[in-house]
Amino acid sequence: MSLLDIKGLTVEFRGDEGHQEVVRDVSFSVPENKSVALVGESGSGKTVISKAIMGILPAKSHITSGQILFRDNRRNGKLIDIAKLPPAGPAMRAMRGDQIAMIFQEPMVSLSPLHTIGDQISEGARLHRLVGRREALELTKDMLRLVHFPDPERAIRAYPFELSGGLRQRALIAMALICRPSLLIADEPTTALDVTIQAEILKLIKEVQSELNMTLLMITHDFGVVTNMADEVVVVYNGEIMEKGSVEDLFLTPQHPYLKALLNAVPSLSMEPEERLVPIRPIKPRTHQTDGHPHHAVNAHEFRGTTLVELDKVCKTFMFKKLRGKKRKSITTALDNVSLTVRRGECLGIVGESGSGKTTAALAMLRAFPLTDGKIFYATEDGPRDIQGFSDKELFKFRERAQIIFQDPFSSLNPRRTLNEILMEPLVIHQIGDNHSKAARIRELTDLVGLSQRYLRRYPHSFSGGQRQRIGIARALALNPEFLICDEPTSALDVSVQAQILNLLKDLKDELGLTYVFVSHNLAVVDYISDRVAVMCKGKVVELGPTRNIIDNPIHPYTRALLKAVPEPSLDHKLDFSSLDGAATSDPMQWPAPYRMGYSTVPYLVEIETDHWVCAPGMDAMHDTVGLGGSHI
Amino acid sequence: MLNYILRRLLIMIPTLAAISFLIFLIIELPEGDYISNQISMLRSTGESASIGRLEFLRSEFALDRPFIERYGIWVGVWPGPNGFDGLIQGNWGWSFEYDQPVDEVVGPTLPLTIALNLATILFIYCVAFPIGIYSATHQYSVGDYTFTLIGYLGLATPNFLLALVLIYLANTWFGLSVGGLMEEQFIGAPMSGGKVLSILAHLVVPVIVIGTAGTAAMIRRLRANLLDELYKQYVTTARSKGMRESKLLVKYPLRVALNPFIADIGNLIPSLVSGSVIVSVVLNLPTVGPILLGALQSQDQFLAGFILLFVSLLTLIGMLISDILLGYLDPRIRLGKEGARQ
Repeated sequence: MSLLDIKGLTVEFRGDEGHQEVVRDVSFSVPENKSVALVGESGSGKTVISKAIMGILPAKSHITSGQILFRDNRRNGKLIDIAKLPPAGPAMRAMRGDQIAMIFQEPMVSLSPLHTIGDQISEGARLHRLVGRREALELTKDMLRLVHFPDPERAIRAYPFELSGGLRQRALIAMALICRPSLLIADEPTTALDVTIQAEILKLIKEVQSELNMTLLMITHDFGVVTNMADEVVVVYNGEIMEKGSVEDLFLTPQHPYLKALLNAVPSLSMEPEERLVPIRPIKPRTHQTDGHPHHAVNAHEFRGTTLVELDKVCKTFMFKKLRGKKRKSITTALDNVSLTVRRGECLGIVGESGSGKTTAALAMLRAFPLTDGKIFYATEDGPRDIQGFSDKELFKFRERAQIIFQDPFSSLNPRRTLNEILMEPLVIHQIGDNHSKAARIRELTDLVGLSQRYLRRYPHSFSGGQRQRIGIARALALNPEFLICDEPTSALDVSVQAQILNLLKDLKDELGLTYVFVSHNLAVVDYISDRVAVMCKGKVVELGPTRNIIDNPIHPYTRALLKAVPEPSLDHKLDFSSLDGAATSDPMQWPAPYRMGYSTVPYLVEIETDHWVCAPGMDAMHDTVGLGGSHI
Repeated sequence: MLNYILRRLLIMIPTLAAISFLIFLIIELPEGDYISNQISMLRSTGESASIGRLEFLRSEFALDRPFIERYGIWVGVWPGPNGFDGLIQGNWGWSFEYDQPVDEVVGPTLPLTIALNLATILFIYCVAFPIGIYSATHQYSVGDYTFTLIGYLGLATPNFLLALVLIYLANTWFGLSVGGLMEEQFIGAPMSGGKVLSILAHLVVPVIVIGTAGTAAMIRRLRANLLDELYKQYVTTARSKGMRESKLLVKYPLRVALNPFIADIGNLIPSLVSGSVIVSVVLNLPTVGPILLGALQSQDQFLAGFILLFVSLLTLIGMLISDILLGYLDPRIRLGKEGARQ
C-alpha cells in the first residue's frame, strides 16, 4: 500500500523570462512505513517536488498537471489529491504539519530567532490538536525527550541562537513530529551539519521513524546518506525521473547513464589509491601554452619532499569582549600548540569538524592574523624564514608565493568585476608585465582551468558554481604561486561538480608542481586528494600521517569516531548506528588514556609508526621509562 | 534589566552635559549677544537713553564674563551675579526678547509640543503599518504601486506647502479656520473639556501635514524590511506547520521586521520638531518651533539654548525607551553577547 502516489506531476515556474517547466511528468509512489530517497543535483527539481507535496510552492510556481494522491489514514484511507487543493485553504492547512511534516535543510535559519523553541514547537500541537498552552508544552517536552534533547524543561525556554546546529536540527525534528505525522519529508536534513552530528541525526530519524510508524521521503544529494537510510531511490535530473527502484537494484546494477555517471563522481573511502573520479562534465586544463613552470616552483620537482612550511607550537586565542556587564572576557583557543610541516609537492589535508581550528591553522600559514604564540617557518631561497618577521615589503612578495582558494565561490568574487578584471587584479597589484603580457597571462589562466576565453567579459553571476570556483582557482594561480591553501573549495558544490574541481586541482598540482594545504570536513574528499592528513579537534592536531595509514589504521579515538561516522555510498559499509558515542567523541576530557587531555594539557605527538603521529599526552610520562621515542615535532 | 535601565539613566547625565556645552558653544559662535546687538542698534539711531539699563542687564546676566564662566553660570556650576542660579537650580534663564523668564515663555507651549509630537508619531505608525504590510505582501500589485506613488508624492512635497493647500481647502470647502491649536476663546483659558476637544479637532491638520513625509518614508522602509523577511526559511517552516497566513505574518516576519522601527523612536522626535518649525509658523501653532526660530534669529541665547536642550532630552528619553523596548522584544539583544555569537 502506498501512502503517497505522485502521477504525472508537472510544475511550471512563471518568471519574467517566460514559463519554464522545473518538474516534468514525474511519477513515483512512497510505500507506507518505508523510506524513499529523492536524489539529484541542485536545480534538479527535487526540492520543488517536496514543496509541491507540502503545498508550499513559491508564489511563482504552479502545478500545471498531475496528481499528488495522499492516503488519509485518519479518515479510513480516503485519497486526497493535494495538487487540486488550494495551498492556503483550510483543507490543505489542516493536513500540513499534522499528517505531512517537513524538516528543512538549514537548521540555522529555519527557526525564528525571536521565539523560544518551546513556543515554536508547541505551535503545531495547538493548531492541529486544539490543546491549551500548558498541554502543548507538555507534548513539546515529550517530543524533545524523544529526539534526545538534553534537559527539555529548560530547552522549551531557550532561543534558537543559544543552541548548536545539531540541537537546532533536533528541535526542528521535534517540531515536525509533534503531531505524529504519517509522512515525514526531510529535505537534506544533514547537509549543513558536521559528519559526527550527521550520523547522530540520521540515527535519530531512523529511531523516530520506527517509533512513530512514519513514512519517510528523504531529499538528498549524498549517496552515503541514501545507502544508509533509504529502501527505495528515485533519481531526478533536470526535472525528470531518470531511474527508480530499490536501493539494492540501483546501487548494484545502475541502468541509466546519468546514475552511473553520478556514482562514479562520488569519492569514497574505499577507493583504490590510483583510482580517478569521473566527473559528469569533465574539463581538460590546457597547460601546453604556458611558458614553462611557475617561476617559484621551478625546482619543485627537484626539492620534492623537503619542508616548505613548518608550524612550530602555534597558538592562537580569540578574545570575545562582553558588550556590557561584567569585565570578564571569554577566551577561545582556536589553535593549541599546533606543530606540523608541509612538504614541497605534497597535498596536506586538514580535517576536522566546524570549530576545530582547521581553517585557522591554514590561514595562519598565510599570516592572515598575528599569532598568540609559536612560529611559522617558510622555506625561501635564503633558507627558512619566520613569516611573522616579514617586513611589509617581504610580506607583499610572500603573497606571490602563497595564495588561497576560498570556500564559497558565490561570495568570494566581486559581482561588479568581469572575469577579465578579476584575473587582472593580482597582476596589477603586483605590477607584473605590461598590458600585452598581462592579457596573455589571463588567456593562459582561463585555459588552465578550462574556461573559454569568450567568457572574459562576463560577470560572476552568469557563471555556475563550478565555473566560479574555477575562476577562484585561476585567480589564485595568477601570480604563479608555489603554495596554495584550499579552504573547503568543494563544500558548496554538487558532487558532480566536486569531482571536476578535485580532478582539476590534482592535475594542476602535478603539472605546475604546486604544494597544497587542503582544508575539508569531508574525509572522502581529503582521502581522494591528499598525500598526508592532519586530523584536528578543538584546536589540537590529534593525528597526523600518510592518508592511507590514517584511513586504514586510525589510532586516535577521535579519528576513529570521525571515520565511523562517514556514511559510505556503498551497501557493504553501512553506518553502525549502535556504536556512535555522541558528543563524547569531540571532548578531549572524555578521551580514554593515554589520549585524554585536561584543561591545561599540552598536546604531545607520538610517532606510532613511520611518519604516523598521534596526540597522546599520556605517553609523555611513559616514554621515559618505556622508551617509545616520542618527541615534539 | 533594572540594572541596565539605571545604568542607562546615569549615562544620560554626562551625555546631557556634553550636549549642553555644544549647544551653548554653537549659539555663542556668532559675534555679540542679544543685548550688545540692542545697544549697537540704539547707538546707531542715536537713542542712548536706555543704554544704561541694557548695560546693567549685561552684567546682571553675566554676558560680560568669559565664555567658560558664562556657560558655567547658565548651567549653574559657577557662581553668577546672584550666586549659583542656573539650569541645575531650576532657573531656566531669561528671555530678552520676551522680557520674561524662559519658563514663562515656553511653559505653556511644551505640553502642546509634546502632545503634537506624540500624536504625529502615533499617526505615522498607525498609517504606515497597515499600508507597509499590504505593500510588502502584495508586492507589484496595483495597490502597491498606488501607495508607492502616493508615498513618493508625500516625500517630495514640502510640508509647509501641504499646510497651505490644506488651509485653503478647509477654508473654501468647510469654512474652517485650521490655524492655531485651539479656538480663540480657549487661548489662555484653564484646561476644560471644551478646550481638549477643540485642541483635538485642531490637531488633525497639523498631524497630517507634519506626519506625511515621515509616513511615506516609513511605508517604504517597512515594505523593504518585510520583503527581506517574508521569504526567509523560518517563514516557510511556520507555513509548513499549517498556520493561517495572516497569523503567521504577524507572529514571525512582522515581528522580526519591527526592530528598526522601535530603534527609530528616539530619532523621530528631533526630526519632527525641527521639521515642523515652518509648518508651525504657517499654521500658527503655539509650539516651541516658532519660538526657537525667533530666538535663534535674535540671538536670544538662553531661550534658544533651553529649547534645544529640551529637544535633546526628549531624544535621549526616546532612545532609552526604544532600547528598553528592543531589549524586551528581542532576546538576542536581551541575552547580550551569547546572542551575538550566531
